[in-house]
Amino acid sequence: MAVRRLHPEQPAHFSFSADNRAWAEQQIAKYPAGKQASAILPLLWRAQEQSGGWLPEPAIRAVCDQLGMAYIRGLEIATFYTMFQLAPVGRKAHVQVCGTTPCMLRGARALVEVCQRRIAEHAHDLNGDGSLSWEEVECLGNCANAPMVQIDKDTFEDLTPALLERVIDGFVMGTPPPAGSQIGRTASCPEDGPTTLLESSLYDGSTVGAWRKRFEETEAVAAAAVTVAAAPAAATPVADAVRVPPAILPAALAAMANAGLVKELEARGTGTPLSPDDLQRLKLEVSRIQPVQNSADAAPLKPELLTEPRDGKPDDLGLIWGVADKLADKLNAMGIWHFDQIAKWTPAHVAWFEAEMAGFKGRVTRDKWIEQCEKLATGWRPTSDAGERPKE
Amino acid sequence: MLADRDRIFRNLYGFHDAGLKGAMQRGAWDGTKFFIDKGHDWIIDEVKKSGLRGRGGAGFPTGLKWSFMPKNDPRPSYLVINADESEPGSCKDREILRHDPHLLIEGALLASFAMRVHTSYIYVRGEYIREREALQRAIDEAYAAKLIGRNNVHGWDFDLVVHHGAGAYICGEETAMLESLEGKKGQPRLKPPFPANVGLYGAPTTVNNVESIAVAGDILRRGADWFAGLGLPNNTGTKLFQISGHVARPCVVEEEMGIPLRELIDKHCGGVTGGWDNLLAVIPGGSSVRCITAEQATGVTMDFDALGKLGSGLGTAAVIVMDKSTDIIGAIRRLAYFYKHESCGQCTPCREGTGWMWRVLERMERGEAEKREIDLLFEVTKQVEGHTICALGDAAAWPVQGLIKNFRPVIEARIDQYQARHSKVAAE
Repeated sequence: MAVRRLHPEQPAHFSFSADNRAWAEQQIAKYPAGKQASAILPLLWRAQEQSGGWLPEPAIRAVCDQLGMAYIRGLEIATFYTMFQLAPVGRKAHVQVCGTTPCMLRGARALVEVCQRRIAEHAHDLNGDGSLSWEEVECLGNCANAPMVQIDKDTFEDLTPALLERVIDGFVMGTPPPAGSQIGRTASCPEDGPTTLLESSLYDGSTVGAWRKRFEETEAVAAAAVTVAAAPAAATPVADAVRVPPAILPAALAAMANAGLVKELEARGTGTPLSPDDLQRLKLEVSRIQPVQNSADAAPLKPELLTEPRDGKPDDLGLIWGVADKLADKLNAMGIWHFDQIAKWTPAHVAWFEAEMAGFKGRVTRDKWIEQCEKLATGWRPTSDAGERPKE
Repeated sequence: MLADRDRIFRNLYGFHDAGLKGAMQRGAWDGTKFFIDKGHDWIIDEVKKSGLRGRGGAGFPTGLKWSFMPKNDPRPSYLVINADESEPGSCKDREILRHDPHLLIEGALLASFAMRVHTSYIYVRGEYIREREALQRAIDEAYAAKLIGRNNVHGWDFDLVVHHGAGAYICGEETAMLESLEGKKGQPRLKPPFPANVGLYGAPTTVNNVESIAVAGDILRRGADWFAGLGLPNNTGTKLFQISGHVARPCVVEEEMGIPLRELIDKHCGGVTGGWDNLLAVIPGGSSVRCITAEQATGVTMDFDALGKLGSGLGTAAVIVMDKSTDIIGAIRRLAYFYKHESCGQCTPCREGTGWMWRVLERMERGEAEKREIDLLFEVTKQVEGHTICALGDAAAWPVQGLIKNFRPVIEARIDQYQARHSKVAAE
């Protein structure tokens, strides 16, 4: 607990300027009727700004009057919250040096010594002409840019004693340096440049809308499952042999079969993991659904498959936009290793592929795999590892 | 290493436009209406399935917390977003507030809709003045674009209000935050009743950390399975790690949960100053967790469970690195002073205990103590821990316990040195 007292010398009056009064009314309106006390912190803060960086006692009373609060409540708050300065501070700058461990480890002690030498021996004392003051504060939340000081609204980060002197000089001369890192870093990025967020496709808008696929696939498979469930005529003898546990609805089953979810269920389970038997049933169920769904398309035809990559050198299928590592592995497992294999596909091949890969209906066409692969097979490479989004 | 396309905070360093246009280009506000149309329970369910655990330190499952809100209550209900980032070592919410505020605003809308809330308050720590201004700019943009507000395009009336503190660490505690929001001193409340039943203005309230809320949009977009597939079981997803102290290049970085500590430091921070062998200790989750030794730090993964097993914790994932040049007693003494300064004064064990622990550590730092006082100090930390309304008492006790547990020989050596020096003087 910090024990804090009001300053012995106080001005006689305080009242908000016209602008601040209007602003205060806006603040009060942000809270429900009758809960105007909520606005006390913002109002006291504005009163402190208007009073030159410290909070005089008449200002506390004025704010309490405005909010209909007992004075003692305002006094409690002003003494409890340490950002309220109860004594006058330097006219040009009040330097708040963060002294907590993360800053201490990187030299905050030396910054305090600079303040003691340049400003005043003791915290909260004014310097000779009343233009500067300083204090050591608790963690200001700039730990990755330690050590640092805060002056008024701005932080000055990555300091050394010499750099702090420069910052203080700037305030004395009325030309403070730009806020932020004083060694040219951008925010909390590593000093010699970012180690992450280098992929340009994150910033060109190509990721927008990508989430829709997941829902379209789930819905397509679920719709097909409902069709199967609703039309007993479609059921084959295989389906009779395979009894789906009645507790799991076909739609839910099919939805679970979507993309990597089967693997997910196997790996970690969500609640109750599926038993191997259940999983087998699930896979059969989905394979049964798939032909029904494809019946309108071309008759499936098996494309050229390889048991291993030619010359032991597979292409990086992940470069196809829409194909990530997991899917690339699946393609390899099916015998697809090269861009030119996919480039040669006909609609019949696509139909075969979609029948093999549950839950991928429409993806090859929508993502234009064949066109992409034609381009990739020529030796062209996209700028991003995720591939280049095909044009609509 | 986490692929860039799996990172949520794509403007972490502010290299790009933090405004609405830039945020939308990076994927924010994409499909929000579609998710809202899926219903309250669908959103809660997805967040539950994602395995997201609260990013404010305690690691409580976020989806579960949301489901605690009463469904048919005549009172208004509130979402309070905790941006009172004050835990020494933590500096992640700041980056979200100033560089990716739209992810937070979108998440606030989604979370509020999921919990049937129409008003949300963001409590930003008082010192984050520029961050507060940046957030307000973004909120104004969202209102102007009718993304939030009355009769917005999403069909769920929603008001978002920025509130601020004035320099009290304790207001990061959820019930103290509610007191402060009501215009009182930030002194924690007794629980029960929990905020989900009696919170802000006596109404049902959920308090969530900024990061927990800001990831909600991307969890829905990419899917619970995507998020759950990152990290380790029970510790899923991505996390903003903040590395400070004795590393070559301190930084904030988004990584997968469960990344080995050493990999985190070597890959993103250029290693410990003077190499890994020069490491003395690490505080892995912000000042409130017990420190771990260099030996424990080698090989530990950064997740709730692995660090919990070492008697420490992931906390806010604020990694404070200390190399062998560190006076570990001094470092912990400074933390003890922090807690002494920040205790709200409500419970005697904490109000008196934090000051007592700090004063003893001041002497121990100089070596001016008796060895039996080490045990006494440990005993006092045990009398503070668990005997207070809120967790600040625990938070004050744990760093000291970590010091004694891991570095007792250092304290004893310091006492020996002091006594040797002074007995010589006495003999002369």
